Amino acid sequence: MNLHEYQGKALLKSYGVAIQEGMVAETMEEAVDAYKKITEATGSDFAVVKAQIHAGGRGKGGGVKLAKNLEDFKEHAGNILGMMLKTPQTPGGMNGPGKLVSKILIAEDAYAPDFDACEEIYVSVLMDRGRKCNVIIYSTEGGMDIEEVAEKTPHLVHKEYIDPTLGLQAFQTRKIAFNLGLEGQAFKEMTKFVANLYKAFLGSDASLFEINPCLKTGDDRILAVDCKVTLDNNALYRHKDLAELRDISEEDPTEVEAKKFDLNYVNLDGNVGCMVNGAGLAMATMDIIKLSGGEPANFLDVGGTADAARVEQAFHIILKDPKVKAILINIFGGIVRCDRVAQGVIDAYKNMGNIPVPIIVRLQGTNADIAKKMIDESGLNVHSAVILQEAADLVTKVLEEA
Amino acid sequence: MSVLVNKDSKIIVQGFTGKEGTFHASQMIEYGTNVVGGVTPKKGGTTHLDRPVFNTVDEAVREVGADTSVIFVPPAFAGDAIMEAAEAGIKVIICITEGIPVQDMVKVKAYLEKRDVRLVGPNCPGVITPDEAKCGIMPGFIHKKGKIGIVSRSGTLTYEAVDQVTKAGMGQSTCIGIGGDPIVGTTTKEAVELLMNDSETEGIIMIGEIGGSMEADAAYYIKEHGTKPVVGFIAGQTAPKGRTMGHAGAIIGGKEDTAEAKMKIMEECGIHVVKSPAHIGETMRKALHK
Repeated sequence: MNLHEYQGKALLKSYGVAIQEGMVAETMEEAVDAYKKITEATGSDFAVVKAQIHAGGRGKGGGVKLAKNLEDFKEHAGNILGMMLKTPQTPGGMNGPGKLVSKILIAEDAYAPDFDACEEIYVSVLMDRGRKCNVIIYSTEGGMDIEEVAEKTPHLVHKEYIDPTLGLQAFQTRKIAFNLGLEGQAFKEMTKFVANLYKAFLGSDASLFEINPCLKTGDDRILAVDCKVTLDNNALYRHKDLAELRDISEEDPTEVEAKKFDLNYVNLDGNVGCMVNGAGLAMATMDIIKLSGGEPANFLDVGGTADAARVEQAFHIILKDPKVKAILINIFGGIVRCDRVAQGVIDAYKNMGNIPVPIIVRLQGTNADIAKKMIDESGLNVHSAVILQEAADLVTKVLEEA
Repeated sequence: MSVLVNKDSKIIVQGFTGKEGTFHASQMIEYGTNVVGGVTPKKGGTTHLDRPVFNTVDEAVREVGADTSVIFVPPAFAGDAIMEAAEAGIKVIICITEGIPVQDMVKVKAYLEKRDVRLVGPNCPGVITPDEAKCGIMPGFIHKKGKIGIVSRSGTLTYEAVDQVTKAGMGQSTCIGIGGDPIVGTTTKEAVELLMNDSETEGIIMIGEIGGSMEADAAYYIKEHGTKPVVGFIAGQTAPKGRTMGHAGAIIGGKEDTAEAKMKIMEECGIHVVKSPAHIGETMRKALHK
């Protein structure tokens, strides 16, 4: 689960991590009010307007602006609030439709008063799959795409691995501050920043914290100016408060609906829908669709119980996508018997009345032959297969006829 | 011979009296697996499925000499259950549970490192040595005793490979479902290594998916130490970047963990890579008869 920048910053602050202060607003009235409060607190007329959507690269699409006075602020806030913001990370990228901005963060101008003395740093925390422990990645090259920095100047990207049983040690926080070239008060602030950041990471069961940029200000404070926070879905049961921060409007509506029925669904761009039991087999089925001349329209794992009710829900979800020209059902019946699944498919089909696209059902496992016979004799517009290659060939045939 | 589990393994089930544990333990027993008991805290001293129930794994080890445990404990308690089994002296722990928080597994992994124990999973179908021991949730009847070892991160996709191998006239030595999480107890490389060193395994099928570098690590090992034909498949050739595809570990982060990148490395290391999951069994048959 991803958090918005303002939610992530609140989480960091609750663990004592210094942040660029700000207030969130959903209307112009709230925005102007927030601007007044923030500028009063800082004693400067400068403030930043930041669109709150779940995508990086917001500045590139005009979603982040510095306002120099109230008039300036009203113009920027008015433009950003309600805009369809396109960034390289929104669906379809800079040529896509963009994402609706329904919230903005009004933040202090952290670079004032001495812009030239500011330094942008990069800090992230995540779990390293290879080493099976958490790692803090940091660099003096903040404010840029870290993958690019790592590619062009790998010596500027440092990693500090953390012992899972002992946790982050004081020498590690010092090493990070030294490697970032910090001195005096900034050095001290950095060690504190990193220690609290790691506490927040563990305390929230996060899978990613990315602070880019992390700012050393002219007066030697260390602040999180932006933050990307991803939480471990499997651990949300022990963080009820964080689970409530989920913003459904940021998610694909069909995927949200699928989740309600406990179906694991990911919407894709292709023309052949699929319904499979098991995540690995579902990915493999998507691959088969591609090799058969189609493009997968979705990933859908129906799980272990493929009964009529679930199959019917899955049909509804897949058919919401008008691009779908055919549906491939691929079930490996181990403990669930294929004849039961076949009955489920037939019942679901009949309950729905007419399904406008051809369906290919491949059932393999216990009672596969009985299941095929049931499908063949059902009189419905359903093609049956037992061997995986047969199903692949049927996809090709159906697409050619379409 | 076989690896990890066989007819002499003394197997217990943790989470024995729960719904999942009861269902799958009875399937395991029906298959002929040597299940010597089970563990459910506070139900010690009772009998379930005609086997003794213990309060702790330690008790099960002392009383019935358990050396292998299959875990069906819910995700919030599964990490704890794994550590309990390791501390009690269990040698092979197979954790079926899906949905364990990643940070729990980071701790568990570090805990196990200092002990002489092998963990398989979590989030896996388990391990089966056909006709000897079924330790997990896989359908027993699709398997046939034979000489092909299978390593896979997935459940039903493993069954698909097993079925193709059986239908192509071969059988399996041991099938190891290593699991679909970002942190697993036994990596692809470690599972391949076990099968490479098994005298009865003549060919190995390695099924991977997007995310992580386990398949590449296994491929480099095979290039260096391989003595048997290996057939490989990577699921998720059409998966988009940055989206979790069902398994918590199946997510493309960068260029190196795409299916394409993995398949390229595997090919360069001499593995028979199939693009279509429909060709796994047939490719293995041909590779064996070369």
